[in-house]
Amino acid sequence: MRKVYLDHAATTPLREEVLEVMLPYFSQHFGNPSSIHWYGREIRKVVEAAREQAKALLGGSSGSIYFTSGGTESDNIAILGAAEALAKKGNHIITSAVEHHAVLDACKSLEKKGYELTVLPVNQHGLVSPDSLAAAITDKTVLVTIMHANNEVGTIQPIKELAAVARQHGVLFHSDGVQAVGQIPVNLDELGVDMYTISGHKIYGPKGVGALYIRKGVKVRPLYHGGAQEEKVRPGTENVAGIVGLARALELAVEEQRSLADTLLPLREKMIKGLTALPDVTLNGHTSLRLPNNVNISVDRVEGESLILSLDMAGIAVSSGSACTSGELEPSHVLMAMGLDHQTAHGSLRMTMGRSTSEQDIDYVLDVVPGIIERLRAMSPLKGEGGKQNVQ
Amino acid sequence: MYSEKVMDHFQNPRNVGEIKDADGIGEVGNVRCGDIMKLYIKVGKDETIEDIKFQTFGCGAAIATSSIITELVKGKTLSEAVTISNKDVAEALDGLPPVKMHCSNLAADALRAAVEDYNKKKA
Repeated sequence: MRKVYLDHAATTPLREEVLEVMLPYFSQHFGNPSSIHWYGREIRKVVEAAREQAKALLGGSSGSIYFTSGGTESDNIAILGAAEALAKKGNHIITSAVEHHAVLDACKSLEKKGYELTVLPVNQHGLVSPDSLAAAITDKTVLVTIMHANNEVGTIQPIKELAAVARQHGVLFHSDGVQAVGQIPVNLDELGVDMYTISGHKIYGPKGVGALYIRKGVKVRPLYHGGAQEEKVRPGTENVAGIVGLARALELAVEEQRSLADTLLPLREKMIKGLTALPDVTLNGHTSLRLPNNVNISVDRVEGESLILSLDMAGIAVSSGSACTSGELEPSHVLMAMGLDHQTAHGSLRMTMGRSTSEQDIDYVLDVVPGIIERLRAMSPLKGEGGKQNVQ
Repeated sequence: MYSEKVMDHFQNPRNVGEIKDADGIGEVGNVRCGDIMKLYIKVGKDETIEDIKFQTFGCGAAIATSSIITELVKGKTLSEAVTISNKDVAEALDGLPPVKMHCSNLAADALRAAVEDYNKKKA
């Protein structure tokens, strides 16, 4: 059976070129970069070279890269760390309704501690408006955190404009760029962000490693306490092989971003056109301000998990915003924030392409999906036209 | 995460469809949580379930529980059928993931609703 992996927003395979540069740092070059002797000094150079390389690749000339265990930790250090460091200045933080849980739940944990939290709404395409941000900032606001590109629907936020609004008001701006890097051009100086999160395994690098860019002068309180590693922002012996792998993966992702986008854009359009031509199938997200690898549709009268299971049996790996797949009772907060009703959100399907995706893969998906939808709809008590009423 | 039995019933659901002249119809769940089950029963002599069909909007567990309950109760008397619990249904499928036990395990409720509907119509 044909196997088609369309869940690259969940994770990507480690590239051979990345694995190759990582391998010597597990056993051969094992030194602790904090050691003064030769074994350590040799590794220190490698870690610092990776840091400088990552910084240059992201165009963040006015700050530093801090290596972490991944996107979630980077987001938590940025949000909890900056809010606590600025506690004397104010207690108001602003985020958006479509953030990843690593951001949303970190913000909510501050709210429980007594911080004021504003969650900005999005429009039907998932976009945050810079005007709504400007209106939400008060003299108590210390931090704004808004993602660069959304993990579910692929909507690309106007980060440059949003960061400019924050800067005008003297408020720190953090962005989670986990899904953006490698998909769209990222230049941190141009974006004007104070902090930026990236992750290794979303860019064909290793799992368990990520980074946080912090502009010079921005103070964050660490989450952990221990050694002086990463300037105490993230104590703990460095994940050297992971760091080396992250830098190499980032290098390849940045180098190949344009050619990957050129390959994926026509495939994305073909898939969107083919799927939305089916009866009662709609596109979620924005038509153009969208990651080149993202397709997200809602299939009316069908539940998302049953779609995933059926596609899985056909060898196609995808994900959904249905409640069943989130481990919660409510469907995707992203789709709900965009104004979808429950049924439409439960019937969502996310397909995220990657380097290995071919036109034959898309043809196969377009070949298989109609039959699956037909089969599940035939089983559904909901009927077309008027079938959407909320049956209690 | 699902047992082979769940996947079998999801892939090859038994007794899918609608009974046009059903004697009882039971519908449970709502679109808010993403599961709606509708069971149709045809009651024969001695109050036995002569035919049963289902229509379900929902996840794999919702479809599998709907399917297996049709097998469990077909040919049983109504009084026997209503003693089947949601837990019995889950056990007949070799178990369900914990998170599914409450949200998608509604087939026994749907059956009881169908029997109630039948009793109401008869009265």
